[in-house]
Amino acid sequence: MTGSMIKSQNLPYCKGCGHDLIARSSTEALERLGYNPLDVIAVTDIGCHGIIDKCLNTHTVHGLHGRSVALGAGISFGTGNQDQKIVVFVGDGGTTIGLQHIMEAARLNLNVTVVVHNNMLYGMTGGQSSGLTPRGFCTTTSFKGNPFTGYDICKLAHTAGARYVSRIMGVGNITEAMMKAFDQEGFSLVEVMEICPSYGVKLNPRRKLKEIVKESGREVGEWTNDLPPFTNQQEDKTANLLDKTPVIATSFKHQLQKPYSLIISGSAGEGVQLAANIFAKAAMSAGLHATQKGSYPVTVGVGFSTAEINVSPEEVLFHGISIPDVALITSSDGLQHNRLRIERMQHGKLFIDSSLTPPKTGAEVIRRDFRSVGARNAAIHAILYLCRQTGILDESSVYHIIQEEGKADKLPVDKIKKAMES
Amino acid sequence: MHEKNSNDQVLIDGSRLIIESLARAGADAFIGYPITPANLLYLYGSQRMEMMLPAPDEITTVQWMAGLSATGKLPVTATSFPGFALMTESVNMAYMMELPMVIVLVQRLGPATGTATCGAQGDLLLLNGVLSGGHPIPVLGTSSFEDCWSLSARALEIAVKQRTPVILLTSKEEVMTQKSFDISRLETISKVERKWYDKDCCDYKPYKPTGLVPDFLPVTQAEHQVRLTASTHDQDGILQHSSPEALANTRRLEEKIRTTMKEDYLFYHLDHQEGAEKLVTAYGISAAAAREAVRKMRREGKKVSLFIPKTLLPLPPAYGEILSGYRRVVIAEENMNNQLGSLLFGQKMPENIRFVGNLGKMIAPEEIEKEVMS
Ligand SMILES: Cc1ncc(C[n+]2csc(CCOP(=O)(O)OP(=O)(O)O)c2C)c(N)n1
Ligand code: SF4
Ligand SMILES: [Mg+2]
Repeated sequence: MTGSMIKSQNLPYCKGCGHDLIARSSTEALERLGYNPLDVIAVTDIGCHGIIDKCLNTHTVHGLHGRSVALGAGISFGTGNQDQKIVVFVGDGGTTIGLQHIMEAARLNLNVTVVVHNNMLYGMTGGQSSGLTPRGFCTTTSFKGNPFTGYDICKLAHTAGARYVSRIMGVGNITEAMMKAFDQEGFSLVEVMEICPSYGVKLNPRRKLKEIVKESGREVGEWTNDLPPFTNQQEDKTANLLDKTPVIATSFKHQLQKPYSLIISGSAGEGVQLAANIFAKAAMSAGLHATQKGSYPVTVGVGFSTAEINVSPEEVLFHGISIPDVALITSSDGLQHNRLRIERMQHGKLFIDSSLTPPKTGAEVIRRDFRSVGARNAAIHAILYLCRQTGILDESSVYHIIQEEGKADKLPVDKIKKAMES
Repeated sequence: MHEKNSNDQVLIDGSRLIIESLARAGADAFIGYPITPANLLYLYGSQRMEMMLPAPDEITTVQWMAGLSATGKLPVTATSFPGFALMTESVNMAYMMELPMVIVLVQRLGPATGTATCGAQGDLLLLNGVLSGGHPIPVLGTSSFEDCWSLSARALEIAVKQRTPVILLTSKEEVMTQKSFDISRLETISKVERKWYDKDCCDYKPYKPTGLVPDFLPVTQAEHQVRLTASTHDQDGILQHSSPEALANTRRLEEKIRTTMKEDYLFYHLDHQEGAEKLVTAYGISAAAAREAVRKMRREGKKVSLFIPKTLLPLPPAYGEILSGYRRVVIAEENMNNQLGSLLFGQKMPENIRFVGNLGKMIAPEEIEKEVMS
């Protein structure tokens, strides 16, 4: 489709509203740059400026207040090429509430042009001050003048990495300035300064736009960064996530008649989850069903690390363990975390490192120096010792999984084997 | 796919099944912001999806997804309550714009930040009211690894066919616990077929429905003008205050979801035992305990039936009917307030509906059994 970008000559703004000039100049600029209407995707924010979409012959996307830049960003990820032009129309209000989205689009240098309609207040909701309202400017919420400094969106976008930023006065002929902003690779933003006749002009009588802008310390100008525009760069992908979970063949036997629950607990960084994983897989290699659940404090590198394991000759439907059949405790962090459960054990076994004082428990207590093989190997040592003492699994199934999973270089198998014999 | 008669036991978590299933069904972008307990989904999403983009927050997440969706992509994210709360307005937007996407919501203990590493089932009522106007949003709840696989693909299918955001509701223990599982049991998932508007046809109106759903065209083509809007709009996608055509459109959004969900996407598992007068009802993580409780009671010769709803919202009218066939119904749900029960019965809980709840830990099979037998 070729032809005019704009549908109607009567734009839906109050008389004298600066948004009118921006709409006309933007569409004219795009036409002069050679775009056809449907080469353009116009994303509009919520605010007076945003109601322009119905007057445009482009594709139009009209979303939420403040989110238009993020929505335009999403579209730019999807179009993935430069043939289409994504233009976002936003106000100073939308800029305030959605500042993060502008920073992000600038940082990534997305192929988007943002047109900020800065009339220095929230027009649509009644002329309240926004985050871009200059100090001293009167609004319906600051009749004596805004007591705060407004954001300089150009400076912010420039600092965030935008390839092109400009500030212009929304008077006279601004088409060429708009063309320049649109005709950029990567992120560009043009802030158009204007004044809303319905609120701004009334509340700031006799003040000229030029003078307000100047007094606010904002300069008209252009700022650029020599940074690369966005390209979609992805890490290497996996074609099938299921390929990453090796099938475990049944190569061992088991004698288990009923479900069996086990907790292993020690300190973070001491290989508890790895040992649990090996145990669960060893159980599977003996034809058992298994579940493994890990828990640790929010910071994974300190404190306890507990693994809960169920093994069973039939499918484990419910994997929760309140009081386990067996507890393996390799450090005082682990003991602290499970003390209550251990105290509640009425039977079963507690394997506990000999450096620790076992709590009162109905479980049979078995003490052993699990840490003799080094703290990092204490958990796997405990697992193997459990197998030897109870016959729950064939020890060789554990060694088998260590090999199969390529963990032999992580775990000093010979050293552990030697410790097992002492 | 694997041979049906093989036994391919792997140690796997639900997150992996969910992402692989979504990818096979056609999801091609994962957008997200990390949050426990959804981090495995984020990790797998980044490894598996054609495009992965790390958003700076969850509002941005859904806005980026909506933008991608407008270009014809099928984006997916995963989050937990704190992130989902931020997404709310944008999910409303995507619903109004009719943009397909899937949000995996992994429940954790609330309110607020609550306990990141503790599971819960506290978000069903939130989802029931998450769209302004009380419009229903499709919510499917996983209750097993098979569901993580099959329902994820279904969620994407609903998103595409109904042009809507869809929530896949799960919880911490379902997506983080590793379990042995025979992957040869998994059904084959094929790519969801997408039918776009025939571009060579006549004039395109972006919100003119065929049946109840308007035909989709991406903003990346230049034959027809596409207008997408979150404001009340007519069939052209033009903002209207409350014109009859625009209100009809808003009504259609409600009808579209209600009708199709109860007709085409009614998923549940009813394991009725002949002669049983008692019914255990549970979805999500509590369904695991319910299954175990029922297995045990039946082994002891007790008669009991099991009901696992999977289409959670809009709540299918069929469920009330199912429950009414039993003298006693025990609903197990990991919260304090029987959210499923209150959706079914409101303030006036019938005498024969019993509730087993829990906070901060999974409901155990014994707790369910006790209530059934009491
Ligand atoms: C999340 C949200 N908060 C508040 C509003 C109400 N609202 C609508 S438009 C607007 C301000 C518009 O101001 P601006 O962006 O400067 O546009 P203008 O009307 O001045 O052109 C506000 C606050 C909203 N729509 N959404
Ligand atoms: S209220 Fe102000 S910003 Fe809104 S259309 Fe009128 S003049 Fe323009
Ligand atoms: Mg404004």
